[in-house]
Amino acid sequence: MLRALLRKELLVELRTLESIPGMSLFAVTTFVVFHFALNQDTVSGQEAAGILWVTLLFAAMLGINRLFVADADQGGFDGFLLAPVERTALLIAKATALLAYLLVLELIAVPAFGLLLLGPPLGQALPGLLAPLALGDIGVAAIGTLVAALAVRTRARDLLGPLLALPLLVPIVIGCARASAPLLYATRPGGPPLRWLGTLALYDLVFGLIAYAVFDFLLED
Amino acid sequence: MNPLATTLPEHSNDGYVAAAYIVFFAIVLIYVAIMAVRLGRVERKVRDLSAQEREKERETV
Amino acid sequence: MRRPSLRVLSITTIAAFCVSLSLVFFYAPIEAEEGFLQKIFYLHVPLAIVTLCGFVIGGLCAIAHLRTRDQRWDLRSYVAIHMSLIFGVAVLITGSIWARGSWGHWWVWSEPTLVSFLIIMLLYATYQPLRFAIEDPERQARYASVFAITAGAFVPMNFLAVRLSASYLHPRVLGSSSNLPASMGFTFLVSLVAIALLFATLCSYELAAKRTRILLKARSRILGYQS
Repeated sequence: MLRALLRKELLVELRTLESIPGMSLFAVTTFVVFHFALNQDTVSGQEAAGILWVTLLFAAMLGINRLFVADADQGGFDGFLLAPVERTALLIAKATALLAYLLVLELIAVPAFGLLLLGPPLGQALPGLLAPLALGDIGVAAIGTLVAALAVRTRARDLLGPLLALPLLVPIVIGCARASAPLLYATRPGGPPLRWLGTLALYDLVFGLIAYAVFDFLLED
Repeated sequence: MNPLATTLPEHSNDGYVAAAYIVFFAIVLIYVAIMAVRLGRVERKVRDLSAQEREKERETV
Repeated sequence: MRRPSLRVLSITTIAAFCVSLSLVFFYAPIEAEEGFLQKIFYLHVPLAIVTLCGFVIGGLCAIAHLRTRDQRWDLRSYVAIHMSLIFGVAVLITGSIWARGSWGHWWVWSEPTLVSFLIIMLLYATYQPLRFAIEDPERQARYASVFAITAGAFVPMNFLAVRLSASYLHPRVLGSSSNLPASMGFTFLVSLVAIALLFATLCSYELAAKRTRILLKARSRILGYQS
């Protein structure tokens, strides 16, 4: 059942291309904006980590906003509720789909970042960056799906979604930015500090569990 | 933060302490005032409602 | 309306505040490093502790609401969160005044408690817009409870994350509350009790007011049907 739900999500996205192109374009454009806002040709270290993560975060907001919109507008919820299936399957399917969108987003945005703004070469930082990227994505996917489900059937859904999500995602930004910063130092780059990776993993676990426990109650009617 | 003062402390910071406590009590007082106004409104509604109910009983009698 | 117990609560709260304020200003010794400014500590830190507990209590009431579907738990959750929001504003303002007095700036990023509070307040500020954006009362209560549980779990995790991220180059501006001399510790405890009582009293008033309004609405509706 889960596989069917997930396949449907990904197929719809492939066919309509609603989220991924928008998110990616937004990210690349934001890098350009940052160049002008900071009036700098290259960034490195903590600054680079910050710019990368803020951009990814706001691009993710776009995807989160659209996650449940089609279901809410076209009655997909009712069809799902009538089926004899566990409701948390929808949560896992949507979260996995969002995770997939984020991964594709990063496939485009991170090289763009390396090309446009990053001072030190991306190649040597990349292997270390995979861990913060992965852990951050999982956290954003879990929290983003929960918040999207919460916001979609309210009146100001486009506004409430980001407003709810951003404070909840601050610890992930902290963790990912701090974990990525040493990798992007211009001189003597180091590895990601394990303390932050541990914090990210713990946060992902706690909120994954909470989302799983609480999601049922959002779908009752 | 442990040592205790052995000389007379300076009072240039009095203003800040006063400001903090005043702000706090102001917030509490404003809240209580809002509650009091609402209570007045609710009491008026109760009186109106009781008057309505009494009129209703008089009509049905 | 359970008036006797509200009266008892109010009188106890006022008494506790009288005791606490006298202790703060006449009994607790002046601290050498920060001087008189340190007295804000007896207001700011208890407020912070009570506010955080209020948010967590809101989450716990929300869990009870989702399990029992009793609307009274949702009411308690709402009042706890609402009151914590008000107290939280007081925390931020008193903290800012303290920072200004002891560090010269109205805001300091190196004080983890204040920063955590800012994030938490930004999150809970969406609670009422969320509630008002949903019209169906049953769904509103349910969604609000989901939010309260998620946010309640977020509170401790956020504290952890921000504390970890605090720069160790700057010393903690507002000081830590460990190793307090006994007189200060006692004063702190009394202040904590006073503010906790204030929170409980104001919540009780708010609950009573809301319940009365609900009863009133029900009765006026019945009256409307009968005419």
